[in-house]
Amino acid sequence: MSRTIAICRRELAYFYNSITAYVVMAVFVFLAGYFFYNLLAFFNLALSQSSSNPLAAGQLSLTESVLQPLFANLSVVLLLIAPMLTMRLLSEERRLGTAELLFTYPISDWDAILGKFLATVIVLAAMLALTLVLPLLLGTFTAPEWGPIATGYAGLLLLGMAYISMGIFFSSLSENQIVAGVLSFGFSLLVLIIGWLMPFVSAGQARVLSEISMLEHFDSFSRGIVNTNDIVYYLNFSVFFLFLCSRVLESNRWRNG
Amino acid sequence: MRVGGIRVIEVRNLTKYYGPRVGIENISFEAKKGEILGLLGPNGAGKTTAMRILTCFMPPTSGEARIAGFDVLGDSLEVRKRIGYLPENVPLYHDLTVRAYLEFVARLKRMPRSNRPARIRQVMEECGVHDVRDRTIGKLSKGYRQRVGLSQALLNDPDVLILDEPTIGLDPRQIVEIRNLIRSLAGERTVILSTHILPEASLLCQRVIIMNNGKLVTADTPENLKNRLQRSMVVDLTVRGALETVREALGALADVKSVALLDSPDANTHIMRVESHDNRDIREALSRAVVERGLGLLRLSSIDLSLEEIFVRLVMQEELE
Repeated sequence: MSRTIAICRRELAYFYNSITAYVVMAVFVFLAGYFFYNLLAFFNLALSQSSSNPLAAGQLSLTESVLQPLFANLSVVLLLIAPMLTMRLLSEERRLGTAELLFTYPISDWDAILGKFLATVIVLAAMLALTLVLPLLLGTFTAPEWGPIATGYAGLLLLGMAYISMGIFFSSLSENQIVAGVLSFGFSLLVLIIGWLMPFVSAGQARVLSEISMLEHFDSFSRGIVNTNDIVYYLNFSVFFLFLCSRVLESNRWRNG
Repeated sequence: MRVGGIRVIEVRNLTKYYGPRVGIENISFEAKKGEILGLLGPNGAGKTTAMRILTCFMPPTSGEARIAGFDVLGDSLEVRKRIGYLPENVPLYHDLTVRAYLEFVARLKRMPRSNRPARIRQVMEECGVHDVRDRTIGKLSKGYRQRVGLSQALLNDPDVLILDEPTIGLDPRQIVEIRNLIRSLAGERTVILSTHILPEASLLCQRVIIMNNGKLVTADTPENLKNRLQRSMVVDLTVRGALETVREALGALADVKSVALLDSPDANTHIMRVESHDNRDIREALSRAVVERGLGLLRLSSIDLSLEEIFVRLVMQEELE
């Protein structure tokens, strides 16, 4: 455990010392602000246009028109950003040769994998926390539904963890960061929208696809619903890819030249 | 484990294939406590492979290796607790300061929290990096990085220190410093280091293992190796004068086995290589011969056999026998 934390701290130090994390966070927060502004402005417009019609105005909901789309947009931005955080994690250790020292210390592969995973999740959480300013801002002049906000953030965090675990796995496959990054981006996107195939396959297959699809599992979170099923899905997803990653490290050891 | 852990490193019939390619084949050797053992060989001889197996970085294809009685495959964790390793290219995290890096390594090496600061300080002083402890590793010179690399290897006070080409890429002054450091670190510890420089092996090591093409060629003390191999003495001279006169002057000496022209920087200056019979010292005779003929002796030096030459000789010897 203390080895896991040591590796986590080292990775956090890297994020802290290098410009990467700052740029990634800044871009994410900027985009979040941009989405938020647009969604809110559009919501205001709709509200003022329907002011003469109380029935229509009553149907406009802040949660549905601003927060849900915001979370949906951020889930896609995370997709782009997570690979940038994860792509160097293991590939760079291999390319620079530091893996040779790391894995001859008395640590297990899991110490390394979990330490790196944890560090990236902390960066992700910090990044998400910075965007909390948006709903808080909303809270200063209206009363948003805090429930869906909380579950939306929980969903983003879980989704991000799934992306990160996938990114770490792909980072273990190649010495080349770009290859690792592109693979994890492509694969994450595929898993996110695999549900698009649903109309074209049998009912049984559609059910399987909807269970695999990240988007399907994310939807309920942004609507304020917490399904154990969805939580288990994301956690399983993360564990599965971290496990694959540990297999890759083990097999690298046997093949390695 | 053997009584008292006398044999700290035991390697039996160690073999490693990379696919069809041979890394090392049937290597066996031992190292006693406190011994400095040198692995000598040209690039691709299998030195790094052997070290990577000893450090549990990769498993052997067959054979066994034990450190302090623990098997590198079965008790990998116990082995890794007892070794300090410095890979050839000294892979360090360039974004960390020396101190932050050593603190990180200390945690990974499971050192108790209470004696970490004292031990880190001690190692930094031993290796001469205390003055640069707050500098970022990426900004240090190659020599300092080598010292930081040694520091991380030493942190856990290992029984066995495994150093892959510890002086490669350093300038002559740094080489001397690192060699002195390695010698001072030995003491109770067993050190196994690889090198392709014979003088380095003879300076540092009590025993040398010569490897070539993944095979163990021979193992002996440096003195014995030299005596076995250096049956003739080789002297290089730079002489001013006509080439014919120079050849004649040198070739006329009784103990001279061969005279060869290495280079002629200009028409009147020649660099000659002379070999003597039976390891006789012919330096005085040579200088006298040159001067007596009225030639100018610009430079005279005896040549230590390079590893490559030793190899050629060893292989030829093997083929003859």
